Amino acid sequence: MINISLLMIMVATALGLVWLRNLLAVVMFSGIFSLTAASLWVVLGAVDVAFTEASVGAGIATVLGLASLALTRTEHEKRTRVFHLPALIVVLVTGAALIYGTLDMPGWGDPDAPIHTHVAPRYIEDSLAETGVPNIVTSVLASYRGFDTLGETTVIFTAGVGVLVLLGRGRRYPVANPRVAAGGGPGRAPAAPGSEGAAVPGDSGEMRFKAILRVGGKLLIPPILLFAFYTQAHGELGPGGGFQAGVIFASAFILYALLFGVPMARAVAPASVLRGTLALGVLIYAGVGIAGVLLGGNYLDYSVLAHDPVHGQELGIILIELGVGITVASAMMTVFFVFAGQDPQQVD
Amino acid sequence: MISVHQPILQIVLPLMAAPICVILRNAFAGWLLALLVTGGAFVASLILLVHVVNEGPVSYAIGGWPPPWGIEYRVDGLSAFVLVTVAAIGFLSMIFARRSVEAEVAADRGYLFYTMYLLCFTGLMGIPVTGDAFNLFVFLEISSLSSYVLISLGTDRRALTAAFRYLIMGTLGATFYVLGIGLLYMVTGTLNIADLAARVPEMTHIRTVQMALAFLTVGLGLKLALFPLHLWLPNAYAFAPTVVTVFLAATATKVAVYALIRIAYTMFGGPTMFAVMPIDEVLVGFGLLSMIVGALAAVWQTNVKRLLAFSSISQIGYMVLGLGLADVTGLAGAVVHIFNHAMIKAILFMAVGCIIFRIGSADLRDIRGFAKPMPITAACVVVGGLSLVGAPLTLGFITKWLLLQGALDRNWWWVAVVIVAASLLALVYVWRLIAAAYLHPPSERVAAVREAPAPMLLALVALTVATVVIAIDGSLIGDFAVVTAKQLLGSGE
Repeated sequence: MINISLLMIMVATALGLVWLRNLLAVVMFSGIFSLTAASLWVVLGAVDVAFTEASVGAGIATVLGLASLALTRTEHEKRTRVFHLPALIVVLVTGAALIYGTLDMPGWGDPDAPIHTHVAPRYIEDSLAETGVPNIVTSVLASYRGFDTLGETTVIFTAGVGVLVLLGRGRRYPVANPRVAAGGGPGRAPAAPGSEGAAVPGDSGEMRFKAILRVGGKLLIPPILLFAFYTQAHGELGPGGGFQAGVIFASAFILYALLFGVPMARAVAPASVLRGTLALGVLIYAGVGIAGVLLGGNYLDYSVLAHDPVHGQELGIILIELGVGITVASAMMTVFFVFAGQDPQQVD
Repeated sequence: MISVHQPILQIVLPLMAAPICVILRNAFAGWLLALLVTGGAFVASLILLVHVVNEGPVSYAIGGWPPPWGIEYRVDGLSAFVLVTVAAIGFLSMIFARRSVEAEVAADRGYLFYTMYLLCFTGLMGIPVTGDAFNLFVFLEISSLSSYVLISLGTDRRALTAAFRYLIMGTLGATFYVLGIGLLYMVTGTLNIADLAARVPEMTHIRTVQMALAFLTVGLGLKLALFPLHLWLPNAYAFAPTVVTVFLAATATKVAVYALIRIAYTMFGGPTMFAVMPIDEVLVGFGLLSMIVGALAAVWQTNVKRLLAFSSISQIGYMVLGLGLADVTGLAGAVVHIFNHAMIKAILFMAVGCIIFRIGSADLRDIRGFAKPMPITAACVVVGGLSLVGAPLTLGFITKWLLLQGALDRNWWWVAVVIVAASLLALVYVWRLIAAAYLHPPSERVAAVREAPAPMLLALVALTVATVVIAIDGSLIGDFAVVTAKQLLGSGE
């Protein structure tokens, strides 16, 4: 029953997303969509996924959406053709294919379904003994399929560096036509230095007189940071881990930037440091793998890291989760600062 | 003699070089690192290919977890072959790159350019070696994300729109791919490709499996720019920095073709699946359309980069056609064309890179008569162009020969007619290039330039000589492709 009502909310939100033309509302609705999805994952028992969806989908993605709206200084989508028949047909065909594909799927919750009988039993029965980690999701993510997680961390790293490349200042260097340089194309971030900042959320000017927000926010930041560390360390035992912890950690900085201005937050986390940590996390993760090779195991085999294989597994998982946390936090902060500041520090 | 860890190290070392590049913050150091790492990967992949051909497939359990619980790297003849192709082009592009990148990418972005290049290289190398369907997706994402950024670095502002369009199409493709994998996981409970290969061919009647193949094919179709999913490609290749165009045009779509072969043949059992769901005939149809539409569009282009980009769409059509023919010779044609087209397009785009570096334009009218001041570049264009057409004694001829045989084996003479027609169209657009080089007197601007710098020429000439040498004894690569095709088809019986 809860499932169905949550699903209905998601459908309604999705339809709303399609109809709305106000981009601020679109960002809000997609936040709601993610939050509802997160609730659905909780009900389905996938708490780790729910945690990630809530912190990434509903949390940081919404903040980044708002930041980019502030940059483009428009709240309305450019009206193009409202009705696009080929697009509708493609969407309908895809949807129909998906539904057709699920006709033969195993029944919901069927204990004999292949996903429960083939690979999963070993994870469920032996992961505690093999890795010493009670949270099965963490042991699969960090050890059994740890190489995928290294890849995902690299994706986050790529995204962070990509934003640096694209939105850092002075990216087009020989500009032949000064009119083009000054005007900026439609949908492009303003290129002229000094013109940005005023409309950015978190510019100190906006928030200067909001004492309640500032004091309240100040009070919130330490618990958020503490919660981030808890999530980082607790990933072995319950839902949590580097991805979520990194996002939560970054959100404390983003909150600080919103309340006290990007330059103040920048003083705490300078561009050069963030760039370093962005790279460091990936290096820690990949380096743990190399350590495994040097100690005589396969790549990312943590068992050889300590005298006892299970201790080695635990140590390896803690280390790589740390790498994930560092890179994710740095990437999120980099993306936000670059969006919010169009920061001159980025390229010096 | 190879190290046990070789399959993984040639992926992980380039991966680690990328963050190191960010820390170094120096374009020259970044370039040097990229050169060393790609060079190392090239040598390693060559050794691996020889090893695999002589002693059979290599398997490596990452994390020490046996498949299907852990992620497996599995290198057979086909994957080692694609690996060598990617690594060779990746390495030669780096030899070629330094001056070209200096000229086209802002100096303070240089180190980030090489970071992105290394990530893209890692992603494309990771796809052929992996034996895990989801791991393939992860590396597809690494390579795609970094290619969007690399394309957007082009000097022309239109590079941004081109990159954005590619981002939208590429993300759609990735989503379709992951949907397909999800559907397969639902009915098999595994992500390991060998494990899937043991289960999926017996499930061909299940609608979930059929839709999985449909989603995977469309997703990869977007990535490999099969008509009508090709719209992102021409502008992306035309406006990207030259080095990026060389590397991506030669490798990215080819790796997607590899993934499609791996999925359709190894995972779904090829003909077994096609008997239930005629994806092969669909692929033949769209392959032929790609060949003709791409070639027709190429004929009308005035910008050489765009001309070659449209020619890529046409050439991808040949590969997909071979894949769809689903017999030994056809499939061998597709396999051999992965390599051939990678080499040929790298030669031609590198030559264009040399021309742009010296003359500053890629417009056919601006570069008339460039053979006079740049004779070596022009000679390489001729060799590459003839190979593209499929003239006898060139690499391209091997492909066309195998494909023609494949079509005739299936008694599809009309397919053979289209192959010949597309080759004639290729002759037209290649002729326009050669005519521009030799048949016009150089303008003052063109006559004043010099031959391209030595490192750029070195990479270009090395590739050209390699294609000629390989083409002289074409049976070597042809036989290898036939053996590989037999293995692929054998796994489906």
